[in-house]
Amino acid sequence: MWNNGGLSPLNFLAVIGQVVLAAFADVGRLSQFLYNSVMHCILPPIYPRLIFEQMVRIGYNSLPVVGLTAFFTGGVLALQIFIGGSRFNAESLVSSIVALGITRELGPVLAGLMVAGRVSAAIAAEIGTMRVTEQIDALVTLSTNPFKYLVAPRLIAALVTLPLLVVVADTIGIMGGYIVGTRSLGFNSGVYIKNTVDFIEFIDIFSGLAKSAVFGFIIALMGCYHGFYSRGGAQGVGRATTNAVVTASILILAANYVMTSLLFTE
Amino acid sequence: MSTDRHIVLEDVRKAFGPKHVLNGVTVDVERGKSLVVIGGSGTGKSVMLKCILGLLDPDSGSIKIDDREVVGLRGSDRDAVMAKMGMLFQGAALFDSLTVWENVAFGLIQGKKMNRKDAKEIAIQKLGQVGLGAEVGELSPAELSGGMQKRVGLARAIAADPDIIFFDEPTTGLDPIMGDVINDLIVHTVQELGATTVSITHDMTSARKIADKIAMIYKGEMIWHGDAKDVDESGSDYVEQFIHGSADGPIQMEVLKP
Repeated sequence: MWNNGGLSPLNFLAVIGQVVLAAFADVGRLSQFLYNSVMHCILPPIYPRLIFEQMVRIGYNSLPVVGLTAFFTGGVLALQIFIGGSRFNAESLVSSIVALGITRELGPVLAGLMVAGRVSAAIAAEIGTMRVTEQIDALVTLSTNPFKYLVAPRLIAALVTLPLLVVVADTIGIMGGYIVGTRSLGFNSGVYIKNTVDFIEFIDIFSGLAKSAVFGFIIALMGCYHGFYSRGGAQGVGRATTNAVVTASILILAANYVMTSLLFTE
Repeated sequence: MSTDRHIVLEDVRKAFGPKHVLNGVTVDVERGKSLVVIGGSGTGKSVMLKCILGLLDPDSGSIKIDDREVVGLRGSDRDAVMAKMGMLFQGAALFDSLTVWENVAFGLIQGKKMNRKDAKEIAIQKLGQVGLGAEVGELSPAELSGGMQKRVGLARAIAADPDIIFFDEPTTGLDPIMGDVINDLIVHTVQELGATTVSITHDMTSARKIADKIAMIYKGEMIWHGDAKDVDESGSDYVEQFIHGSADGPIQMEVLKP
């Protein structure tokens, strides 16, 4: 016998139905948010001062964390490739594979994930707090569109800044590999640099920068979206922050796979 | 006369899922007069205000400002209506990232595209109107007390010399003296501007001080509407219970009794 408190087949179906409907509602809301955001990025007025402020916050302030991550990743990559490559006499490939790995994958993905943790959370917390303290309503009453004033500058700034951060990450990451390669693994400095430069192609760098632009857009979009729809005071803002980081990170990894498939599959 | 009616709400309804918050609100405000809407928590006061401001769209009904239907207005039409309005939020809702004068001048710079120098002059002047010196303009909102934040919020609400000003619980969270200071400022600045005002409050002292008319909302309906001086002889048990703050009466709070 099913009692009222138990999970009857009808209750079970109702729960599934509610989850599916909530998922569709979320997708619809996100699609509408994305459309509004993109339109406000394209259509004037654009606020250059706000975009510049956000570029400093997203890009310049993220340099230490991205630089350190790239440096140690480049060093570890050189060590691992040297150790793995020595099993079949391929130690000489260290510089080439470090350059390839950093520019194509590790530079953009690790920079994206680090910035997602730092920036997406900050955006969600800031906009979420503005939502629960009625500052977003105040913007509307002062004839200012929140998408234009809050969302568009962050999206544009992240879209432009992430590729610049990845250029720095690529350079520092390759330098990390170079320092480990020449100081610990006994590579000749000139040969290491020559192998790196000779092996890298335009598509390696371009693919990383294209990915990072998409990652930047995802990071800002998730931060803004979760902040914009946060509810319920401090707890709601905390939830929005967590959701922003988790969804941005997952979407970055998914987008990385899709873009790698598109760019490198014949 | 219809031309005297500045704001007109007719049969405004709003529900959130199964919860019906506004059940056909009908009320109007004469030009240059002050309407105070009283009522308990969760009775629909804030939702009504947000519907008039366009922050929420009502499910049905009509809201007219200056004889123009404003429900569903978007874009430049909405901006034109918003340009006539100012709003003092319950928690002041000052922008943390801006200084006090930038907060006051925000609507002038962003909404009216005024240059920053002229907007700052007006902001300092408006701060003076609410009893704050120019030096306060350079502080950040976090450095202000609750009463000062409310004053800055009031300065921001009147910065663009609006025709209509909304006050959401203007004295909530303030001590009685500061509450009275804010009430005086509201009366004084509104008289100076000749603006129409709509306020929502629980505070009967505040309501008596700033209202020409008082309306009471209960369960999403206007159950009484009249001159402020008549509120003590309303003849409504609901109004009587509310203004005396009594637990006994027709309004029963949904609390679990031991």
